Amino acid sequence: MKTLVWVEYDAAGIKDATLSAITAASQLGEVHLIVAGKGIDGVAADAARIAGVGKVHVADDAAFDHALAENVAPLIVELMGHHDAFVAPATANGKNIAPRVAALLDVMQISEILSVESADTFTRPTYAGNAIATVQSSDAKKVITVRGTSFAKAERSGGSGTVEAVASTGDKGLSSFVGAELSKSDRPELASAKIIVSGGRALQNSENFHSLIEPLADKLGAGVGASRAAVDAGYVPNDYQVGQTGKIVAPEVYIAVGISGAIQHLAGMKDSKTIIAINKDEDAPIFQVADIGLVGDLFKIVPELTEKL
Amino acid sequence: MKILVPVKRVIDYNVKPRVKADGTGVDLANVKMSMNPFDEIAVEEAIRLKEKGVATEIIAVSIGEQKSQETLRTALAMGADRAILIVSETEVEPLGVAKLLAKVVEEEAPGLVILGKQAIDDDSNQVGQMLAALTGRPQGTFASAVVVDGDSVTVTREVDGGLETVKLATPAIVTTDLRLNEPRYASLPNIMKAKSKPMAQKTPADYGVDVAKRLTTLKVVEPPKRTAGIKVADVDALVAKLKDMGVAA
Repeated sequence: MKTLVWVEYDAAGIKDATLSAITAASQLGEVHLIVAGKGIDGVAADAARIAGVGKVHVADDAAFDHALAENVAPLIVELMGHHDAFVAPATANGKNIAPRVAALLDVMQISEILSVESADTFTRPTYAGNAIATVQSSDAKKVITVRGTSFAKAERSGGSGTVEAVASTGDKGLSSFVGAELSKSDRPELASAKIIVSGGRALQNSENFHSLIEPLADKLGAGVGASRAAVDAGYVPNDYQVGQTGKIVAPEVYIAVGISGAIQHLAGMKDSKTIIAINKDEDAPIFQVADIGLVGDLFKIVPELTEKL
Repeated sequence: MKILVPVKRVIDYNVKPRVKADGTGVDLANVKMSMNPFDEIAVEEAIRLKEKGVATEIIAVSIGEQKSQETLRTALAMGADRAILIVSETEVEPLGVAKLLAKVVEEEAPGLVILGKQAIDDDSNQVGQMLAALTGRPQGTFASAVVVDGDSVTVTREVDGGLETVKLATPAIVTTDLRLNEPRYASLPNIMKAKSKPMAQKTPADYGVDVAKRLTTLKVVEPPKRTAGIKVADVDALVAKLKDMGVAA
C-alpha cells in the first residue's frame, strides 16, 4: 500500500504534526510525501531526510502558497492515481484540505484517527472524546486525518527519500489569500509543548491572564493555553483555546488554572500524562480528572507558586 | 442572493453521552437533542446577512429522521424563510450529506451556503469541504468573520497560528467557527410564526443519491477512564510534587 502524506510547514520548517502523520502512514505501507508551495527546495530536502520516507513529490508553484484547498486538492487527487491512501495531520490545514480531496475521490474520510488497527480499520474519537469508535472503511482509497498527539513523531533524520518534481495543476481562480494575523510568541507551540499552563474564566481579565499565567509558564518553559470561556471573554486570542473546538493537546504536564473542566475542554486535554488543577471550587469537574489538585484562590496561589519554583 | 443553511439535530452539548453496554454506539434514547451549536451560528450569520440586505431568502435544510423537523422549526423561528427536510431514518455519513446538499444547491442556486464547521456528535468536520468539492465552489472554513462584497466574499478563518483572511468568488461555501457570532434566541411570537412557514419533505431517492455507508462502525467504547488523584494542602506541597516529577528544578 502506498500512502501520500501532506507535509505541513511554516517559516520554521516542517511541523511536528506532519511527523506524527508520517508515523501513522508508515503503519499502512510505503510512505510518500507531497510538499507544495513556492520556493520550497529547503522544505523538500528536509522532508527527504525524515526517517522512513520513500519519495517526496514537490509541487513548486505560487498557486500552492498558503495551502488554498481549491488549488491543492486537485494536485493531490492527481497524485492519488498512484497512491492507495492520503494522510494529513488533523491541523486546521489538514482538516481544510483532506475532505475536499476525499469528495473529489468519492470516498468517506476517516477523521482524526487515534490508531491504525489494520489497513482498513481505525479508531477515532466521537462525542467530544466521550466515545471511541472503531470504523472499517470499504472505500478502495483511504483518506485519513491523524490526531498528532496519538502517534510518535518520525525522526527528522536518517531517511534518504528521493525528491521528484511534479507538474503543477495550476491556480483554479476560485480563491485568493489576502493576509494573516498570526500570534507571535517565543513560548513552545501548544501542540508540541511538554508542559502547558492553561487559564480559564476565573482569571477575570486579560491583564490578570498575562501577569499570572504567563510568568508561571515561563518559569516552567511551558506553552500557554486557555479555556473557551477565557477566549470568548477576550483574555487571549482564539488560537490559545484547548478543547473539542480548539486544539487537542497531550503534554507531560497540564496545569489548569481557574478552569472548571467542561466536557468541551476535557476533550482537548484529558490525554495529558499528569493533570494538575488549581481551582477555588472543590466540586469543579476538573478535580475528577486531575492527578494533583489544589483548592484555593488562584490570585494567591499562582504568584506564590511562580515565586517558589 | 439566496443563502442555504444546513442544520443537524444532535445530542445537546451539555449532555454527557453514555456508551451502550453492547458497544454498538451511544445511547440516544430519552436524551435531550438540540440544534448543533455550530449550525445555530450558521443560521444567525445568514439572518444577519439578510438584515444587512445582502441575502434575500434563507433556506434551512436538514437530513435525518422525522424529528429533525423540530430543528428546522428552530431555524425558522430564528428567522429562516423556509425549510427542506430530507428524511432518512438511518444515519447518513458526511459524504452522503454533501451529495444530497449538492443536489439542493443545484436546485436552489444559493449565492452562499453557510454550514457549521463540525457536528458535535460525529466530530467529522467534513461536510462543508466535501460540498465545496462536489459543487466546484471555493470554501471558507472555520470562519470568524464573513463580509460579502459584490460577487466575492471575504472570510477571516481561525487557523492554528492565529487568523487568516481569504477572498472567495461567489457562489461559495462557508463553515462557521464559534466566534463568528452570538446566536439569538427565538421569541415566542417567532416560534408561533415559524409553525406556518413552509417545510418541504424529500427523501434521498428523490434526488437520486445513494447514501449507502462507506464506513462500518465495528464497535464503540468508552475512552480509558481517568480517576481523581490526590489533593495537596498548599503551594509547598505542589512545588514538591512538581520537583518529584522533574518538572521543576
